[in-house]
Formats: sequence, structure tokens, C-alpha cells
Amino acid sequence: MAKVFIYPVNSLILADLVERFGHKPLTMMSQIREKVTNISLDSPPINITPEDPKLGLKYAAIEVPPGVRGRMALIGPLIEEAEAAIIVENPPTNFGCVGCNRTNELMKYLIRSKGVPVLEVKYPESDEEARNFVNKIAAFLESLPKEKPEENEMMKEKEPAKMEIGE
Amino acid sequence: MTETQKEEVTKYIVISSDEVLPSDAAMKIYESEFPVTVKETCFGLIVTGAKDDVQTLVEKIRQLDKNHIFVKDRGFPAGDERRCRASRGGGPRPGFHFLREEVKMLPAIGAALDELEAKEPVKEEHKEKCRLKISDLEKVIEEELAR
Repeated sequence: MAKVFIYPVNSLILADLVERFGHKPLTMMSQIREKVTNISLDSPPINITPEDPKLGLKYAAIEVPPGVRGRMALIGPLIEEAEAAIIVENPPTNFGCVGCNRTNELMKYLIRSKGVPVLEVKYPESDEEARNFVNKIAAFLESLPKEKPEENEMMKEKEPAKMEIGE
Repeated sequence: MTETQKEEVTKYIVISSDEVLPSDAAMKIYESEFPVTVKETCFGLIVTGAKDDVQTLVEKIRQLDKNHIFVKDRGFPAGDERRCRASRGGGPRPGFHFLREEVKMLPAIGAALDELEAKEPVKEEHKEKCRLKISDLEKVIEEELAR
């Protein structure tokens, strides 16, 4: 099961498709859940801790508008976790939590430069495009490893240990 | 350390099916007797509860019409005062606009998933030009006449 970063980060279609094909979608909703259900945080607008803007500084400089840093405080950890990514170009709406174009540019730049497999598709506007959209995403997700690479490494590490005992 | 509370999750179940209505799915959840909170909406359901319970229920509901029921996480619990329209004085809930846009595409996505499941050839682009088969022509005529 690979952790797949999706853009737009709150997309229903992408989150569902990733889960449907046996992988874990990295979405904004899981980050938001941590923020809004944690009893140590107050209700909005005071729903961030002083640590969050500092976390955002890791991805964007101090001169960058605070909205970018605030968003990156949530999205940045997802990008770091990502083992693959699906980027949809020209989604119909880009407002609300995904409404900042500078954040979106930065996010896409970071995920592309991370070196993980990235699929870039156009948002479908017709049935034919929807078919291609689903087929491309299905083929991409099926090409990703189903097992975690960490598990394989753990297995490999265990094997030489056994050899040592045997020797 | 005291016993930690079970992790609660919330999921949207968006129904874009000709066979299943949100009320059918809600009834299915009530029948299952899992201790979860269900909210019926125009597009489907919002389910809040313990992670395992919600996951099990979601899989059950999805099986009602696998390719036409879509699921995603939600950050806020169902009926949360910070998001619920009742306490915010009406108007669309934040986040609804994007969901509404995506819901419009769901019939096409569902049909594409049906085709994928039926193992129809993946037709990205027509690679070779070939003569139209009589059976295909008949299909096109039937589809046109059925309109």
C-alpha cells in the first residue's frame, strides 16, 4: 500500500479512487481532523498553535504571505510522507482551503521535485475524458507497489541476522 | 496512563446511483446497529464513529452499488457546530462548493469504473484507423434512436 498525495488535496474523486485501488490517499481532511478534534486546540479562528507557522517556515520564507505558510504547515507533512502523487490540472473550483494559487504552485513544485512517481492528468469535462481519466489513474495506481518498502527492508534486515546466528 | 478514547473518524458517503438512495443507505446503517452517528444529506450520508465501525459500514454501503458510491474522509464530525448550517445561520457549508462540482462528474466516473470492471479494452486513443464494424454501427444507431 503506497501513500499517494493527491491534488486537489480535498478531492472526493481522487481520494476514493486511490482507496478503491488499495492505496492510502494523503488528504487535507485527515490533517484537519487532527486540528479540530484535538481537545488542546480551541475552536476557530484560534485553531492553530504557535508551532504551526514555524512548521510552515520550513517550506516558505518569512516574506511569503502567512496564508501560504499556514497552508504548508498542513500540506507540507503530507508531501514528506508521499510515495507517489496524482496531480489534476485545471480542477473546476479552487477556493476555500485550496484557494491559494501560490500554495498550489509551491505544493506541485515540491512534489514534482521530490522524485516520487507523479501522474498528471487533466480534470475531465466529458464522458470520454472521464473514461481516460479513470483508466490512467487505475493504471498508475496498479503500477505502484502494494506492499510497503519498509516492510521489505525489515524482512531483508532480519534475514542476515538469522545468518549470523547460524554462523 | 488512562485508557485512551477510540479514534473517531468521519466519512462522507456520496451516492450517485440509480439503484440506491441516501435513505436506503441510512436504513442499512441503522439495521447494522453499529454505534455511529449518521446524517442524511442531499448527496448522501455523513457517518461519524469509531474508526473500525465506520470502515466496516462504509465497505458494506459501498457494496450496495460499488462503482457509484464514493467515499472520502471529513475533518469535522457530523453536526459539528463550527460547520453546521443550523448554528451558522444558513448558507452553504464551507467545502460544499467543491463537493458539488465533483458530484456533477460522478455519473461519468461511475460509468468509467463500470467499463473498467467489465474489462473492456482501455481505449485511450484510437491507435489505428479501421473500418467501422456492423455491430458497432448498430449500437450507435440504437443509442441514437433511444434518445
